[in-house]
Amino acid sequence: MSIEARIASDQPDSFAFSKENEAEIKRILAKYPKGRQASAVMPLLDLAQRQHDNWIPMKAIELIAKKLDMAEIRVLEVATFYTMFNLKPVGKYFLQACTTTPCWLRGSDEMMRAIKDRYQISSGETSACGKFSLLEVECLGACVNAPILQVNDDFYEDLDYQSTGALLDSLEADAPLPVGSVLGRSGSEATTGATTLAAVKPKPAASGATKKRSQANA
Amino acid sequence: MLNDADRIFTNIYGWGDAGLNGAKARGDWDKTAALLALGPDEIVERMKASGLRGRGGAGFPTGLKWSFMPKEVKDRPHYLVVNADESEPGTCKDRDIIRHEPHKLLEGCLIAGFAMRAHAAYIYIRGEFVNEARRLQTAIDEAYDAGLLGKDAAKSGWAFDIYLHRGAGAYICGEETALLESLEGRKGQPRLKPPFPAGVGLYGCPTTVNNVESIAVAPTILRRGPDWFAGLGKENNTGTKLFCISGHVNNPCNVEEEMGIPLRELLEKHAGGVRGGWNNLLAVIPGGSSTPLMPKDVCADMTMDFDALRNAGTGLGTAGIIVMDKSTDIVKAISRLSYFYKHESCGQCTPCREGTGWMWRMMERLVRGEAESHEIDTLEQVTRQIEGHTICALGDAAAWPIQGLIKHFRPEIERRIAARHAVDAVNAAE
Repeated sequence: MSIEARIASDQPDSFAFSKENEAEIKRILAKYPKGRQASAVMPLLDLAQRQHDNWIPMKAIELIAKKLDMAEIRVLEVATFYTMFNLKPVGKYFLQACTTTPCWLRGSDEMMRAIKDRYQISSGETSACGKFSLLEVECLGACVNAPILQVNDDFYEDLDYQSTGALLDSLEADAPLPVGSVLGRSGSEATTGATTLAAVKPKPAASGATKKRSQANA
Repeated sequence: MLNDADRIFTNIYGWGDAGLNGAKARGDWDKTAALLALGPDEIVERMKASGLRGRGGAGFPTGLKWSFMPKEVKDRPHYLVVNADESEPGTCKDRDIIRHEPHKLLEGCLIAGFAMRAHAAYIYIRGEFVNEARRLQTAIDEAYDAGLLGKDAAKSGWAFDIYLHRGAGAYICGEETALLESLEGRKGQPRLKPPFPAGVGLYGCPTTVNNVESIAVAPTILRRGPDWFAGLGKENNTGTKLFCISGHVNNPCNVEEEMGIPLRELLEKHAGGVRGGWNNLLAVIPGGSSTPLMPKDVCADMTMDFDALRNAGTGLGTAGIIVMDKSTDIVKAISRLSYFYKHESCGQCTPCREGTGWMWRMMERLVRGEAESHEIDTLEQVTRQIEGHTICALGDAAAWPIQGLIKHFRPEIERRIAARHAVDAVNAAE
């Protein structure tokens, strides 16, 4: 994708960090040795993105370059190299769907279909209502809980067509489901209960919430 | 099967308190100063004696790696960098250590850092792990408040700081020199080696980069003794390991098991077996996406360790096991991995930048059978021209899955080509 296509054509006239974020920047800079402030470029880009509705305007790139004593092009280079930096607006709920092989084997196509059926959007597009943006992403690193949908900062796991729909319902109502496995797993243990660590294993009642995976994904 | 008493990660599923109190109750941070009192050289010797091999994929002996750091600190400080950029498809073990056992990692950082005469560690965590990073930062803050980190870490007399640094979505930053570039505020493009990081690493200073799991097991190894760890597993493949079992098994899960456990036993005891039974197995990718797949007959009596898998032409890698049953479109499954590598190539070396895209497009044609048989050989040759001809191993990682596919499933690829030709012939006749 060309650089122009990745950067919003409609840009704000100015950008300034909030007071809280200025204080946070001081804390971030303290992590790195003197003269190595360029190390803070990714944390600052992240901070700008969080402050600015999940995307980074060019004015923020200029400001960060100035703050870190870097050439603007170096900051832009970093902002375009890493996929998590958005240089144009995304919806309130940024849906990042993993479709790499481990997720695909567990039905990520069904998860994608649930999103597409509802909003008629493909990867890189935003729904007509403006609330949902979809991006197909590469391995999210939670493969035993596949398939995974990352919604802003949070991973939703063990999804299928139906449960993806239920998740989208909850987002539409601005009352998101609890983060994590929709099957009620606490972590990466087997859905039928862990096979190890018997002494510390929670009593069956605690894992009773674990629901059976629907057949749609089998 | 490994006894629970020999498991290192007793809170891997997050049932207990991941915070400092819970960690201490599980034995973390217990007399850490006494471990440091062994001295750097003795710690390194004991790590060597344990036989621990790096858990990030390459399997390089951890103790030996630590010993490459200069024995004296001269004008440049030493650094420990922890690679928590877990992104290899099929791998999700470090995430569980970070969110459920963060103090094992932090205590390991102090011990490893001390052993390599470093006063600071940077933990580079992948950007998507936002909640995991928050959990880890909370643990770091707790450790500082309790005096376990800082000027006199764990009352050892050694000053030690740990800093968390978040990535922003780039698989390549799992490569150690790309990680260092990224940490210095640049694009994550790997550096030429030599010089190796132990000589010239972060900020030009002596640096060792270790995987999360390698560091997190160090305190337990020292506490229980290298003989205990070396007594588990197989010769040259010692200890326990976190295995990630994903794909077509009845119960995908992470589990800590003994190195060298038979694959079939691992799948059947912990993951509920292959969906539809063992005879429904098609193939297994044993160690994360870059390791070549093994068809069912190779899987039958395979053991899960570095040497056995290497001898079978594949590898243990990160122990991210991807299981595929007979319903799998195997060509598509590998093609999807080719797309992954194309997407993640940093663009620095021509064979990888151009080659990963070329291979993926070729693979997509093979999925549909839109090719000639001799093109399979062309593809195989191209993988050989990428493998070993790039600065880092991403080119190799992109080549190996395709080589594995051609080696074991060539008849399937040829069947598709023949079927396509037959359809084309019918269409032409009409």
